Amino acid sequence: MEWEVVIGLEVHVQLNTKTKIFSGSSTTFGAAPNTQASAVDLALPGTLPVLNEQALKKAILFGLAIDADICMASVFDRKNYFYPDLPKGYQTTQMDFPIVGPGIVTISLSDGSSRDIRVHHAHLEEDAGKSLHEDYHGMTGIDLNRAGTPLIEIVSEPDLRSAEEAVAYLRKIHSIVTYLDISDGDLSQGSLRCDANVSVRPKGQAEYGTRAEIKNINSFRFVERAIKVEVQRQIELIEDGGKVKQETRLYDSDKNETRAMRSKEEANDYRYFPCPDLLPVVIEQSLVDQLKTTMPELPDAKRQRFEQAYGLSSYDAALLTTERAIANYFEAAADAAGDAKLAANWVNGELSAALNRDNLGIANSPVSASQLGGLIQRIVDNSISGKIAKQVFEALWNGEGDSADAIIDSKGLKQVSDTGALGAMVDEVLAANPDQVEQFRGADEGKRKKMLGFFVGQIMKASKGQANPGVINKILNEKLGG
Amino acid sequence: MSLDQNEISKLARLARISIADSDTAELSQRIGDILDMVDVMQAVDTSNVVAMANPHDAVQRLRADEVSEINQREHFQAIAPQTADGLYLVPQVIE
Amino acid sequence: MPNHTVADILRGLEAKTFSSEEITQQYLDAIVAHDPRYNSYITVTAAAALEQARAADLARQNGSGGLLCGVPIAHKDIFCTDGVRTSCASKMLNNFIAPYNATIVTKLAQAGTITLGKTNMDEFAMGSSNETSFYGAVRNPWNTDCVPGGSSGGSAAAIAAGLAPAATGTDTGGSIRQPAALCGLTGLKPTYGRVSRYGMIAFASSLDQAGPMAKTAEDNALLLQAMAGFDPLDSTSMQLPVPDFVGGLNKDLKGLKIGVPKEYFSEGLDPAIGAAVEAALDEYRKLGAEIKAISLPHTHLAVPCYYIIAPAEASANLSRFDGVRYGYRCENPKDLDDLYTRTRAEGFGAEVKRRILIGTYALSSGFYDAYYRKAQQIRRLIKQDFNEAFKEVDIIAGPTTPNPAFALGEKVSDPLTMYLEDIYTIAVNLAGLPAISLPVGLTQGKPIGLQLIGRDFDEASLLAAAHQYQQRSDWHRQVAPGSV
Repeated sequence: MEWEVVIGLEVHVQLNTKTKIFSGSSTTFGAAPNTQASAVDLALPGTLPVLNEQALKKAILFGLAIDADICMASVFDRKNYFYPDLPKGYQTTQMDFPIVGPGIVTISLSDGSSRDIRVHHAHLEEDAGKSLHEDYHGMTGIDLNRAGTPLIEIVSEPDLRSAEEAVAYLRKIHSIVTYLDISDGDLSQGSLRCDANVSVRPKGQAEYGTRAEIKNINSFRFVERAIKVEVQRQIELIEDGGKVKQETRLYDSDKNETRAMRSKEEANDYRYFPCPDLLPVVIEQSLVDQLKTTMPELPDAKRQRFEQAYGLSSYDAALLTTERAIANYFEAAADAAGDAKLAANWVNGELSAALNRDNLGIANSPVSASQLGGLIQRIVDNSISGKIAKQVFEALWNGEGDSADAIIDSKGLKQVSDTGALGAMVDEVLAANPDQVEQFRGADEGKRKKMLGFFVGQIMKASKGQANPGVINKILNEKLGG
Repeated sequence: MSLDQNEISKLARLARISIADSDTAELSQRIGDILDMVDVMQAVDTSNVVAMANPHDAVQRLRADEVSEINQREHFQAIAPQTADGLYLVPQVIE
Repeated sequence: MPNHTVADILRGLEAKTFSSEEITQQYLDAIVAHDPRYNSYITVTAAAALEQARAADLARQNGSGGLLCGVPIAHKDIFCTDGVRTSCASKMLNNFIAPYNATIVTKLAQAGTITLGKTNMDEFAMGSSNETSFYGAVRNPWNTDCVPGGSSGGSAAAIAAGLAPAATGTDTGGSIRQPAALCGLTGLKPTYGRVSRYGMIAFASSLDQAGPMAKTAEDNALLLQAMAGFDPLDSTSMQLPVPDFVGGLNKDLKGLKIGVPKEYFSEGLDPAIGAAVEAALDEYRKLGAEIKAISLPHTHLAVPCYYIIAPAEASANLSRFDGVRYGYRCENPKDLDDLYTRTRAEGFGAEVKRRILIGTYALSSGFYDAYYRKAQQIRRLIKQDFNEAFKEVDIIAGPTTPNPAFALGEKVSDPLTMYLEDIYTIAVNLAGLPAISLPVGLTQGKPIGLQLIGRDFDEASLLAAAHQYQQRSDWHRQVAPGSV
């Protein structure tokens, strides 16, 4: 039987506010346990929440970015359940009136096509603390530093049809929130986490199959693998005559399998109701309008502009716009270089490979955009060849000079275009290879072209790569053709 | 109206309160009495009435995003039942 | 001393008749000598009180004292007091030393008050008789076989017994006004949002409001002056200016329209209380007020509505008591579940557990619309009743309670009849309005309370009306037989 995969994602994005959503404690990552847990965060008796203005604004920005309706009177609700990392015994979240209404996220797939994925809504809520399961004399340790960190939870419709689409969607959310600067998007610190609702159904069947929810996946790679392995499990289960259970599962990346969560076995009844400690969040249209004016150019718009203004391929433009910082780097490098296509090749090629190799982000690149632009300029004006340029790039990367020009000078890498000097070199090479010269002269036009490469190669070798290939060709043609 | 044993157990489970079997009957009766008492509300037509969550229909005020709290861990953990290395300890949680 | 009001003490301090240290010591001595009879205090903070009193005496000498400089008061044990046990009269918090001060505790301290101690109450403020306290029942100084009312029963009994001139209370369904009525005191529930809730242990967040309890309206005005005002830490605190309550006490009552709802004089009202209220209304006529009959047609729905909304909110508010970060933890929990269920079963008393379960039921899937949403809709109807009435009148008057203080143990086994003792007070909390109870008579030696309900944020009119009645009557000057 042919199966269709149906996936919906709930993506939790930590907002990069200075303080928590309902208290004035710092949200800085990595502090010693419980040193950023205030009276409110600890749910000491009598404490009360007050909403962080920036958390609200950042959520609205996200809504504007996905072209969603902003709820002008959203409401915070209490979601009741007991867990040691949830100090109040309820999570303050939004149920019936979330801040962001339905919207659209467009994803790009590797075959160059794109699809619109519907976002059901996005709501503001507080993060929970962390349970540390390392053994504390047979006990679990609770760190509440993270408790109360503002989150937006972005809930998609079940529109995704493959693990690949799910990853593309997650990457797109990542790129939108980092463009907007509403999250640091650091997956390794849990700034972006997702739950995947996965089901399968026979192709052509209208109703959905029973779904399992895979909780708390925190990397792009694991999302893909977790969904794939869960899909496989469900198909095998059904084909063996079994039934998928509606349950919460965890992805174990070491074993590459999902397993049912023990602590979530019982059916929960969260008893949502409006939080009486918080009032309806009424937004003025003027706030929304003002936020609109602060919206940066978003990935899709930037990609289009890169294609049109710089004449880049859609592939190059897509690569360059996944991260705002990369796009900015590219634009600065292209400006300095005066050749956007070459700049795109360098950013997507040499630079990106070097960053990957040294495990660096663009923000920490040892070669700045203006340095790279300066280097490309020298290729454009024929001062150096592409091959030499790679040497110069490595030297810049290793901090051997402040600019491409400085390195070219100090290492004497400037391309030789002087006809006199090159003419002498040509003569030397021709004199050293009389047989090849003979063969060349006897060959037809087609073969000659190939043989010319031999001479060029010899001269380049003699010049240590610094000879200008255009000039050599010209001289060779003159001397051999004569 | 009174709640049966099952319903009481479900509520007790949700509220994380263990209830002795010997208390269930009385509890069921008392909760039932209250449910009977509040039943009078059902006769009122409220189809056009907007629910009121707060007495003043006021709106939420916003707080500036500025750090106002300092680390008071020692002070707060002095009243904790069990801690180690700055962590609150609970019996092992199994996911 | 027993008849001292806050105003008396301020005059005495000003005239140097006594120092704050002296008067504070007198109250502390009285507590030691007489409180075993009433059980009105859970914790007495004698050493700290004397230290505060000496500081207040110094401040008064320097002329730097606040409005209430040197006046000893007591705090209901629901308000967090830094470094002092704050138990909410529950085993759950028997070991809880609050690590911070409630906003009103700070404000009253800044005004110069001395804290004598923390008063007894119904556990988590859930009760109308002060019999649900982990620390035992409180006795009414007017008749020690009777309850003082609740939940602020300890505050009421302490004042009536002369063990504090004034105290703080909280009122979720009548918990200031009902014990004030039963103990012959004046007690004010301010408008919801007038006084900060920060640091007051929550029972039902959309109903809870802190307020003063004392012998006179004037004392209430003095305390409210210090307690009221916007608090940035409480989202439901209103950003409104605080009027001069003391200065407004003598505002002329001529032409004041007082509405009397017919629903407050229905069956179940003790005739003696009805008569005392009528007599008080006559006094208001003499003061130039106009008395009008009005109707609050949804009154009979107030108790049902309240017994859904309050337990529902409480069921969530009390989830934080889980034995993890503070408070009671059961012995040797074998796993996490055991920690939760046994800590909460052992830490909470019967009434609290009952209300948590009712609230859990009202919010649970399948019942939410029929109970919780329905109650919130009824709540709006109740508020609309008041809105309509306040188009016609300035103040609404009626009895505070249908009966005077009842015997200890009388209603413990029958919570429903106990709930009906709050029949006249509960609607006020649902509507968020201010209301005051003041003594207007005695029946069988037990005090009778008149309740005056005002428009939103119009505590000033209530205080003025109560004060001017007290200028022509001496019910508030009557002393409980058990008073020191």
